[in-house]
Amino acid sequence: MGSEMITKTLLLTAALAPLLGAILAGLFGRQIGRAGAHSVTILGVAVSTAVSLYVLKLIAFDAHPAVNLSIYTWFEIGSIKAEVGFLVDALTATMMVVVTSVSLMVHIYTIGYMHDDDGYQRFFGYISLFTFAMLMLVMSNNFMQLFFGWEAVGLVSYLLIGFWYKRPTAIFANLKAFLVNRVGDFGFLLGIGLVLAYLGSLDYATVFAAAPTLVGQTFNPYGDVVWAVPTLICLLLFVGAMGKSAQVPLHVWLPDSMEGPTPISALIHAATMVTAGIFMVARMSPLFELSEAALSTILVIGSITALFMGFIGIVQNDIKRVVAYSTLSQLGYMTVALGASAYSAAIFHLMTHAFFKALLFLGAGSVIIAMHHEQDLRKMGGLRKYMPITFITAWAGTLALMGFPGTSGFFSKDAILIAVQHADRPGATFAYYSLLIGVAVTAFYSFRMLYLAFHGKERFGHGHDDGHHGHGHGHGDHKPHETPWVVTLPLILLAIPSLIIGGMTAGPMLFGTFFDGAIFVAEGREPLAAMAHEFEHGAIAFALHGFITLPVWLALIGAGVATYIYLLNPSIADKLHKGFGPIPRILERKYGFDELYQWLFARGSVGLGSVFWRVGDQALIDGVMVDGSASTVSRIAYVVRRLQSGYLFHYAFMMILGLIVIVGAFALLQ
Amino acid sequence: MIADWPLLSLFVWLPIAGAVAVLVTGDRNAGAAKWLALIVALATLALCFPLWANFDTTTSAMQFVERTPWIAAFNIDYHLGIDGFSLPLLVLTSVVTVLVLIAGWEGIDYKPTQYVAAFLALAGLMNGVFVAQDALLFYVFFEGMLIPMFIIIGIWGGPRRVYATLKFFLYTFLGSVFMLLGLIYLYLKGQSFQLADMQAMTLSMSEQTWLFFAFLVAFAVKIPMWPVHTWLPDAHVEAPTGGSMVLAAVMLKVGGYGFLRFSMPIAPDAAAEYAWLIITLSLIAVVYIGFVALAQQDMKKLIAYSSISHMGFVTLGLFIAFALVLDKNAADTAALGVQGAMVQMISHGFVSAAMFGAVGVLYDRVHSRQIADYGGVVNTMPWYSAFVVFFAMANCGLPGTSGFVGEFMVILATVKMSLGVAALAGLTLILGAAYTLWLVKRVIFGDVANKHVAELTDLNAREWIVMSTLAFFVLLIGLWPEPLVQVMQTSVEALLQHVTTSKLIGIPG
Repeated sequence: MGSEMITKTLLLTAALAPLLGAILAGLFGRQIGRAGAHSVTILGVAVSTAVSLYVLKLIAFDAHPAVNLSIYTWFEIGSIKAEVGFLVDALTATMMVVVTSVSLMVHIYTIGYMHDDDGYQRFFGYISLFTFAMLMLVMSNNFMQLFFGWEAVGLVSYLLIGFWYKRPTAIFANLKAFLVNRVGDFGFLLGIGLVLAYLGSLDYATVFAAAPTLVGQTFNPYGDVVWAVPTLICLLLFVGAMGKSAQVPLHVWLPDSMEGPTPISALIHAATMVTAGIFMVARMSPLFELSEAALSTILVIGSITALFMGFIGIVQNDIKRVVAYSTLSQLGYMTVALGASAYSAAIFHLMTHAFFKALLFLGAGSVIIAMHHEQDLRKMGGLRKYMPITFITAWAGTLALMGFPGTSGFFSKDAILIAVQHADRPGATFAYYSLLIGVAVTAFYSFRMLYLAFHGKERFGHGHDDGHHGHGHGHGDHKPHETPWVVTLPLILLAIPSLIIGGMTAGPMLFGTFFDGAIFVAEGREPLAAMAHEFEHGAIAFALHGFITLPVWLALIGAGVATYIYLLNPSIADKLHKGFGPIPRILERKYGFDELYQWLFARGSVGLGSVFWRVGDQALIDGVMVDGSASTVSRIAYVVRRLQSGYLFHYAFMMILGLIVIVGAFALLQ
Repeated sequence: MIADWPLLSLFVWLPIAGAVAVLVTGDRNAGAAKWLALIVALATLALCFPLWANFDTTTSAMQFVERTPWIAAFNIDYHLGIDGFSLPLLVLTSVVTVLVLIAGWEGIDYKPTQYVAAFLALAGLMNGVFVAQDALLFYVFFEGMLIPMFIIIGIWGGPRRVYATLKFFLYTFLGSVFMLLGLIYLYLKGQSFQLADMQAMTLSMSEQTWLFFAFLVAFAVKIPMWPVHTWLPDAHVEAPTGGSMVLAAVMLKVGGYGFLRFSMPIAPDAAAEYAWLIITLSLIAVVYIGFVALAQQDMKKLIAYSSISHMGFVTLGLFIAFALVLDKNAADTAALGVQGAMVQMISHGFVSAAMFGAVGVLYDRVHSRQIADYGGVVNTMPWYSAFVVFFAMANCGLPGTSGFVGEFMVILATVKMSLGVAALAGLTLILGAAYTLWLVKRVIFGDVANKHVAELTDLNAREWIVMSTLAFFVLLIGLWPEPLVQVMQTSVEALLQHVTTSKLIGIPG
């Protein structure tokens, strides 16, 4: 290590620069104007990105050791201490770069996307605030601050989903998102409580060092039931991850979050915030490695999410919802990787996914701008002629998503598949086949979207009325056109890592020593050993070899079927839809989760509240218990009304009198 | 030196003298009277600075003590003093009083000087509660405090104010009669009204049990706990905005303060014995009341129920201490719980004042508290809405706001005692968010609902001062609770040491 150091100042700069931008744009938006708002926030995030890249460089290339430092004491009660501090190692540095670079692209893109919106400054304030919160989350060195970042990103997500607050659907979706996430946070907080109860600290380093003492400890909830403490802790922590990373059955908020403007769908609901759960589990790997049962559960939940959410993606007609279900499915892939102890593969997929999914979302947004805020795929088609840059970058993103050999997604998805294939814990076989089918499904819905949007016949041109949210363009039969450079530049800049970053970094991130010390895998577990063996000849050879592997063929089959149905023979799509009986309808209803939750939880709890209130409070407590006193009240009220001469001061006087009488009586008794 | 002044007496008598002066000034000079009131309130607030600066956090002994015989025949002293529990509550009272006067600057047309005088008198009496070290003196303030609040609701309240006032009065007065009986018993036994003497007094288990329940009635009504809580929503609904702000922000805290000054230290063995009861009632407050809040149609009722639910964390945090120390030998975790209870009280003071103040802002303009009469307020009142969303987030315990700190501490401490209890308490994460944010959704978000909403004007300068001051404290405690925690820590440790030492040793059977 040379003179270059990761200092407290440097890290504070990375975290606080976006916060400063957010405060300026959010609170003083009117004073600094539109250009001022986007300039300060972009500057803030750019500074943060530069610092993050520098930190990553020091850690990755200059062998800079991990940094663990405290900023200030949040509270200290005896031996229990909560601090605000930073832990920066390879995992943190990777996350910082992913978060800040995608955020920077989204900031630039927003200049174009939100160009006509009245809430321009507010929007920049929010997305910069989000960047700050996300950095606090990933840079934290303790559970308290982790939870702060965790909930703070949830807050910004809430504000952004409801950004167009006049839309009933938007303010329904943001409430739903917040509450479903709170269900996850409920488990998460209890998990943190158990960590403190059993390990006596909230500080990562202390907790991880003491983690092995948990082995063999049991928890006795009632009777003869005995739970293993590590399993209990890990499952509760994972409930938090299920909320944030939208795993079944807490996934219901993510598709609805598409009510928010597209840039945040890319930043928050695809690339960064929803991956916080994945990051958290990887960060907690020293704990999760202690519980085989918890890892198996994670494996199964992840594979259910990966496969069944992918299916729904097939029947979606809203371009953003296709990408949203794809995100759910890909988050399932990452979760499976965690369950297979392949934490580095999960983080690797998190990184590649952040780039190609942000790209796909921003590409969808570019299409939406060109279509004057039409999001229905059935009203698109043939856009490739009008918007070539968006078209080409969308292809790049799609190839990465399907895992075409050589693209970033190929390496990361293959790592997960191989890890699961060689995992031997319960659920691994189910997970492996789910993911394999999922590969074909992914390719199918991705190509379906690509064809419906960019290829085939033009199905627009009937003058779409843009009444959504005051984006008055005054357009009618205008042809779509390529979007401005602030939109296309981020697309190009994201397409590059979507294609190449996987091949460049697979070696060190998956098989090297890069994550040593940051991610812990139990002795004897080598989830990626099989892949390491195949990878010996480098990324290019591995990619070429990919063409003869099952996953790639499944992906090609999925893409091929989509090509046949949606490109070559479009009339067949409707027939197929009918030919599958009730299945398309089940998928369109999203398996009925929304209806069930709406009925059971939303209506149920308000109904329960009403019963408690009317029966418990009003009828029983006020009616029966206080009945005597209630009628006394009215009687006294009547008497007092007669007594009073118009001023309530008399009451007061009488009370003081009463007090004196009591004290006096007591004095006499003495 | 300012530190040599009788600071605590000033906290009590300066506002009361101010109230008299304001009354003398009279309605004809209402403008001058209001300014006078504000200056007195600000002067009282200014006294917090020397108090905080000269407060010694290394001792749990009473500080700034003033003591002179009052009624010598009965050994009753005018005895004032503060420790780490009192100090934050004095600051809270002083801040809220200033803000309430500012919030009620306009809009009170009927007897405006008596209105502000009542609040000043109330502030002095509440400060008296927090500084009194003589039990009878405490009782006088404790009862006296009811009078101005009674007047505030009874004169400036809503249409059903007589019912609400009497319900409020009957509940709290009947509750405190039992406390008085308990205090008299202790006096007869120990010939002293000194709080410290009562806390040190050896008492048998049956004596402790009687005393514990006598105090419980008084403080359970005050805080309030289920099932003696139903006076609170009625009182809030009828009270004028300022009345609600003080009621929620400070008066409820007297209940929590009473638990840790009287119930726990005087009857520690009974408190340990019946901790399960208090914990159960706390959980009912959090869960049952949380559901009830969800069903409310009136904004003030909803926030009132939310207050009850939040106060459940205060009683929970206090009473888990026994099991933690006695069964788990986890004194630090117990301290975490008690600290959490105190932080929750202070935080709730600021947050609930803000929430009731925010309802008042709308009520001043539209004269309705019904949720259904609003919708889309953000379109016409963007700054107001930003504040409301902020305080709503504090109300549902978002990290970074004060609302998080207390709940976080109490839940973490509870997990150590029992995961099941913690899970029930933790439901507040979901329920609190549900009723608070659903309220926000229906009132703040959406398109402009009606012509009243369309005609709304955003916050004026006066309202800005109130909202931003409260937001400052909510954020300060949320981001940096350490100073508050340090002020209390020594007192918390001393309290725990005291209440977990049995008084029964040496007493046969």
